[in-house]
Amino acid sequence: MTWDVETLSRIQFAFTIMFHYIFPPFSIGLGLLLVIYESLYLITKKKIYEKITRFWIKIFAANFSVGVASGIVMEFEFGTNWSTYSRFVGDIFGSPLAAEGIFAFFLESGFLAILLFGWNRVKPGMHLFATIMVAVGSMLSGFWIVVANSWQQTPVAYEIVVDYGIRRAVITDFWEMVFNPSAMVRFTHVILGAWIQGAFLVLSVSAYYLIKNKYVEFAKKSFAIALGLAAIASLAQPFVGHEHAKIVNEWQPAKLAAFEGLYETQSNAPLYLIGWTDPETRETSGIAIPGMLSFLVHGDFEGEVKGLEEFPEEDWPAVNGVFQSYHLMVALGMLFIAATILSLFLLWKKKLFTPSWSWLIKLYIPAVALPVMANQLGWVSAERGRQPWIVQGLLRTSEGVSKSISAPEVMISLILFVLVYILLFFVWLYVLDREIKHGPDHVATVEAGYKKKSERMDALKPH
Amino acid sequence: MDYNIVWYILVGVLLIGYAILDGFDLGVGILHLRSKGDYNRRIMMNAIGPVWDGNEVWLITAGGALFAAFPNVYATAFSGFYLPFMLLLIALIFRAVSIEFRSKEENPRWRNFWDWGFSLGSIVAALLFGIAIGNVVIGFPIGSDMEYQGNFFDLLNPYSLMAGFFSLSMFALHGGIYLNMKTEGDLQKQIQGWIKVNYWIFVLFYLVFSGFTLYLKPEMIANFSFGQIELPGNKHELVENHQILISVFAWTIVLLNILAIMNIPRMMAKGREGWAFISSGSMIAAIVMLFALGIFPNLMVSNLDPAFNLDIYNAASSGYTLKTMAILAAFGLPFVASYTIIIYWTYRGKVRLDESSY
Repeated sequence: MTWDVETLSRIQFAFTIMFHYIFPPFSIGLGLLLVIYESLYLITKKKIYEKITRFWIKIFAANFSVGVASGIVMEFEFGTNWSTYSRFVGDIFGSPLAAEGIFAFFLESGFLAILLFGWNRVKPGMHLFATIMVAVGSMLSGFWIVVANSWQQTPVAYEIVVDYGIRRAVITDFWEMVFNPSAMVRFTHVILGAWIQGAFLVLSVSAYYLIKNKYVEFAKKSFAIALGLAAIASLAQPFVGHEHAKIVNEWQPAKLAAFEGLYETQSNAPLYLIGWTDPETRETSGIAIPGMLSFLVHGDFEGEVKGLEEFPEEDWPAVNGVFQSYHLMVALGMLFIAATILSLFLLWKKKLFTPSWSWLIKLYIPAVALPVMANQLGWVSAERGRQPWIVQGLLRTSEGVSKSISAPEVMISLILFVLVYILLFFVWLYVLDREIKHGPDHVATVEAGYKKKSERMDALKPH
Repeated sequence: MDYNIVWYILVGVLLIGYAILDGFDLGVGILHLRSKGDYNRRIMMNAIGPVWDGNEVWLITAGGALFAAFPNVYATAFSGFYLPFMLLLIALIFRAVSIEFRSKEENPRWRNFWDWGFSLGSIVAALLFGIAIGNVVIGFPIGSDMEYQGNFFDLLNPYSLMAGFFSLSMFALHGGIYLNMKTEGDLQKQIQGWIKVNYWIFVLFYLVFSGFTLYLKPEMIANFSFGQIELPGNKHELVENHQILISVFAWTIVLLNILAIMNIPRMMAKGREGWAFISSGSMIAAIVMLFALGIFPNLMVSNLDPAFNLDIYNAASSGYTLKTMAILAAFGLPFVASYTIIIYWTYRGKVRLDESSY
């Protein structure tokens, strides 16, 4: 590996996007839960749901701000480090990015102001409306960015032109580009992953309170609803994954072959549960279900799946790396199904919050790290699996890099990002820890409830 | 309809929106350390508390719009301006998280750290925006392949540094005028004192900077000259045929700019806080427009050869994309305007701290 502009830019992009992607799934998942909690409050008028809503808004806020701060970087990094790519795809990739700003970010950030600071300023119905708009905005943002990325995976509705000496892809049909073959299925996959991650954050914190025997009613109610969401999303994920596999097989067969370490084109292709693959010897070993990959792709155990041998080696992704990240993601997905279904069953039997199952509750405390990992691994598989292409079949990653930047410059910016993000990450953890230790009563005791106009609070006295 | 011009205007609108709205956030940040005591600093920060995040979206959307409409400008500018741009990103990150994290601890050292993060982040960002504009005016070494040929130090020329101080003084003034609207009592009196000083610093920078611009880049007034001065670069019929219209428009903006600047002390003296803010907002809008008119129809000027300029035609996306995106923007921007109005209406009036404040 040489430390050239391309390598350093790839490391920097991977680092900044992976750091950023810790936060948006929490916002998307937690955003939906806030809508549910606050709706329950308005329907039942029970104080406990108000407390739940207010507490999770605090957690949401701390998470959201780091997400926004690290997100600005992503908007511009295509131009800074991948300017040749930007010239090539600007016509297509820029459009969903602009749409994300116009349709998602303004909605989200505008109503966030009411969600966070509006309790004493607007009527309860308006506050709930703001919460819904923030949740919708975060999902819309996910939609446009996944659309942009999906076009890189399954490019359609374009033609290649040369304008002013620059080769580029231009749109021939906007909506066909937006709803490109993989866009909707990948969007669904990403949103479900985000719901799982957001729900697991609530499960983790609630489990912590249950184990500490604090705010028990609060924790049980928060937990039960988040568990429902986590279970539904986890269960839906394999079906979406199945649809996704068909599209990958059709559009990115080399990626699918790398996912499963498949070198020879074959019918009755196996699906590995766990394994190791070596592209040098072209051998994959591990525990496999024979014919399962053929079945997943074609609905037929005898269906033919293309192996890597069909493609020149220079067009292969990093086979074992992709294999492992993909399989780890799938294994984590299976674990989420098992854990949430078991917990849901116990909840139904009214056994979940009893001492004999406290070990399971305890496991939920650190388990929040797992969906974060699964979401990261999913993206790593998708993006590394597309290599060496930055736009599948049209532009190589090595061709996309900026021409006017130097390796030392990228090294400097990379070091800066690493230092700043490490600081941010620990401060974020510290702030979350503080909020969690303060607990829900701290939020609610300061000033509870909505107020009529005449009762709205005046300035608190300086102290 | 010429969608290239439509997008020139739309990107301009987004940048003006950003400069006015996030401009006062930056201004509050620039002034932040001058206010003493935790209570005053909380008032300052909460004056922008509910709105700063939405204001920053104008920049993000402008970035997306530039990428979609003028990808060659997006590519050349950000890769050419690499290190200063990374510095800008870090500054914006620090500003954002400082606002969020400051209130999470009572510890004075904790709060002091984030006060500095907020203020330095704002100062560096305001300086860099000015430096960027300065370089756009003075021109970049852009080659025939549209790529930036210079290095980091080419960007730090004296003219651009002066542009940086100009923008710093402008945002400091604007932020003060915003705070004047949101504060009361002793803090407001103190802020009014800052505004008086900042106003004259700004006027001084404005005059010196304008003088240097005319001296170094006389072609900046080509679009003001009714066709008397020729703008170097590629010729476009649509622009050539509308010299009079463009010049009349340009002089209208000059006039509005002068009126807006003169109106600020008048409204401050009358105690019309809202009108003072509208004046400084109009002043910023006019200044951004004057720069845009100075280089129109170029977006980036090459100082190697005017033929290498990036203009609204050779830097643009396809006509189809420009048209489709213009329709989408026409559909979306009324929504954006309505959320913005709802939010600012909800948080109108003086700052009141409550349990959800920073």
